[in-house]
Amino acid sequence: MQATQHAGHAGHDDDSHSHGPTGLMRWITTTNHKDIGTMYLWFSFVMFLVGGAMSLVIRAELLSPGLQYVSPEFYNQMLTLHALIMVFGAIMPAFVGFANWMIPLMIGAPDMAFARMNNWSFWLLPPAAILLTSSIFVPGGAAGTGWTLYPPLSIQMGMGMDMAIFAVHILGMSSIMGSINIITTILNMRAPGMTLMKMPMFCWTWLVTAFLLIASMPILAGAVTMLLTDRHFGTSFFNAAGGGDPVLFQHIFWFFGHPEVYIIALPAFGVVSHVIPAFSRKHLFGYTSMVYAIAAIGLISFFVWAHHMYVTGIPLTGQLYFMYATMLIAIPTGVKVFNWVTTMWRGSLSFETPMLFALGFLVLFTIGGLTGLVLAMTAVDIQLQDTYYVVAHFHYVMVAGALFSAYAGLYFWLPKWTGHMYNEGLGKLHFWLSMIFFNIAFFPQHFLGLAGMPRRIPDYAQQFADFNQISTIGSFGFGISQLLVLVVVFKAIKGGAKAEARPWDGARGLEWTVPSPAPHHTFEDPPAFDPAEAHA
Amino acid sequence: MNPDFSAAGATTAHLLPRATGNRRIVAGLLVVIVGSLVFVAVQPRLYKAFCEWTGLYDIDRAERVAESLLPGRPVALEFDANSHGNGLRFRPETTSLTANTGEIVHVVYRVENTRNTTVIGQAVPSYGPQHAGGYVKKLDCFCFKQQTFAPHEVREMPVVFVLDKKLPEDVNTVTLSYTFFEVPAGSVKSPATPAENQT
Repeated sequence: MQATQHAGHAGHDDDSHSHGPTGLMRWITTTNHKDIGTMYLWFSFVMFLVGGAMSLVIRAELLSPGLQYVSPEFYNQMLTLHALIMVFGAIMPAFVGFANWMIPLMIGAPDMAFARMNNWSFWLLPPAAILLTSSIFVPGGAAGTGWTLYPPLSIQMGMGMDMAIFAVHILGMSSIMGSINIITTILNMRAPGMTLMKMPMFCWTWLVTAFLLIASMPILAGAVTMLLTDRHFGTSFFNAAGGGDPVLFQHIFWFFGHPEVYIIALPAFGVVSHVIPAFSRKHLFGYTSMVYAIAAIGLISFFVWAHHMYVTGIPLTGQLYFMYATMLIAIPTGVKVFNWVTTMWRGSLSFETPMLFALGFLVLFTIGGLTGLVLAMTAVDIQLQDTYYVVAHFHYVMVAGALFSAYAGLYFWLPKWTGHMYNEGLGKLHFWLSMIFFNIAFFPQHFLGLAGMPRRIPDYAQQFADFNQISTIGSFGFGISQLLVLVVVFKAIKGGAKAEARPWDGARGLEWTVPSPAPHHTFEDPPAFDPAEAHA
Repeated sequence: MNPDFSAAGATTAHLLPRATGNRRIVAGLLVVIVGSLVFVAVQPRLYKAFCEWTGLYDIDRAERVAESLLPGRPVALEFDANSHGNGLRFRPETTSLTANTGEIVHVVYRVENTRNTTVIGQAVPSYGPQHAGGYVKKLDCFCFKQQTFAPHEVREMPVVFVLDKKLPEDVNTVTLSYTFFEVPAGSVKSPATPAENQT
């Protein structure tokens, strides 16, 4: 710990509680970035369990061929809500939670730029989540279109679809407000001396992510609004019978949807870029190239959307362009993967739980990226479109990518949040169970997809039975082992070894210069930025 | 310069004064958000214009497919059959009917070989009026290939066709006439197929 830095504001940091209301009202009215970050993280974990339970309904149904437990309609609703809840309710809020907690600490700001709006961004989420989940109980059930909400099916669904549309509107507003906050905080509230190119990598990834959100969320809002008017107000944007074109919806949706993929992936990259250097006891290799790679990924993500649409009848010219553009993304992504590997090269490595999750991320995300390249090839994708190969691909990048990275961040910063070290044994058990069961659940799905098993269908041909059984066993194992996180976090909140201000000897950054647990108010006077804490 | 940044000796040159700076950044971000909303609002028109300009995607395909499903106008159809003294008794099961253009028409012809020997024949169509022939789109016809008839065989053979919607307006009756010619034994093109639909 930098004694000189800390001495400057130790006197102001003594209050570890807020001065506002107590009890429930404290959480409803709070404008403190740490409180809001905590609420984001708890919210995302609850939604993760809800979405996870839905995925277990799906996997239970797929345990054996034929229809066992649920009707095909309900199965479709489960897979739709599972996806929407995991993307918008679990992964995105989890990383916004990290951003709220850590960005002000990392850049030496007292709070987010617009603290009251920050409160709003969070409290929009629970109503959206209630709208989305309670739509199961309305007549006709929840939306059963898949998370892509393709017309004509989404124009024909019952009122569950309207609830999903409004939930998406609210979630979009929340994301946009959160992004405005993050960009403004990062651009204008950094500690003196911290230039953009000395900024922690997590802040860089969030800066680009927030720009992607701001540019793409209005697109999704527009698309679902057009769906809504097609459904109720007699327009025909996507209705062929009235002169519209359902393919237009796919273009608009994926123009949002592909940046969305990187909205999820980039903050995950950011977390890993903190964890790997800390446990390699080296600086991040190639800081500048990492920054440019993030920016390049963000930019290119807006120009590859139609690789989700190779079989919609787009012309050969389009297929070729989107194939090459998609493959182009592998270059900056490859730069990042190689930089992480090179960071570890000749480092003094140790394998605490955050590092294990970061390494798990690195290996599995690379596999997911590779299958992404396979799917980018038009000729191959025409065969694999809408098969379980695609399901395996995006779960490797979403679960083993984003979720593992979130766990790496959780274990990495948990001592800072709670003031206690977590139980290392339980953490490692959690990692290994997750790693093993994840692969049991999702690796066989590659084979199922290659053999032609279609996704989003509750029944399948006999020859797919064995791999589906393996996959279901893996998914239940994975789901149950996630409950370990609750145990680990509760134990760390209640007690455990006292965490030092800098519990990881290799970790750099301003967040480690404040005591653990981080006091309620930090950096009320901006700290002088010590180059020793810089990431580059 | 900026009361919020009071750390001695540190430079805040890369940052704007907090309140004005924040406002300026938000104004810029709002422009991006509004820009995105406008962009998505003009998509339906932009998409149509782009498709028409480049010709990359046929945006009116659905409309044309829908049009092709509309029923056409009714036309009287007459069926006729002749054989050229080759021992084949040849006649249509239906001699006339009314069908809409664009509709799939299915009629059956009946052939009986009156000889004691195998006959190989080929039916040749003719149309009345002659120029209507181009608008009779056959999906399946016994006239597509040579037919082999066993001695005294009786067979029913289908013709399936669609009258094109582009049929000239002045044509209200179309006659479809077939004549069976015997194929001389030396000029049989394909291996004779044995009778399958014996009745």
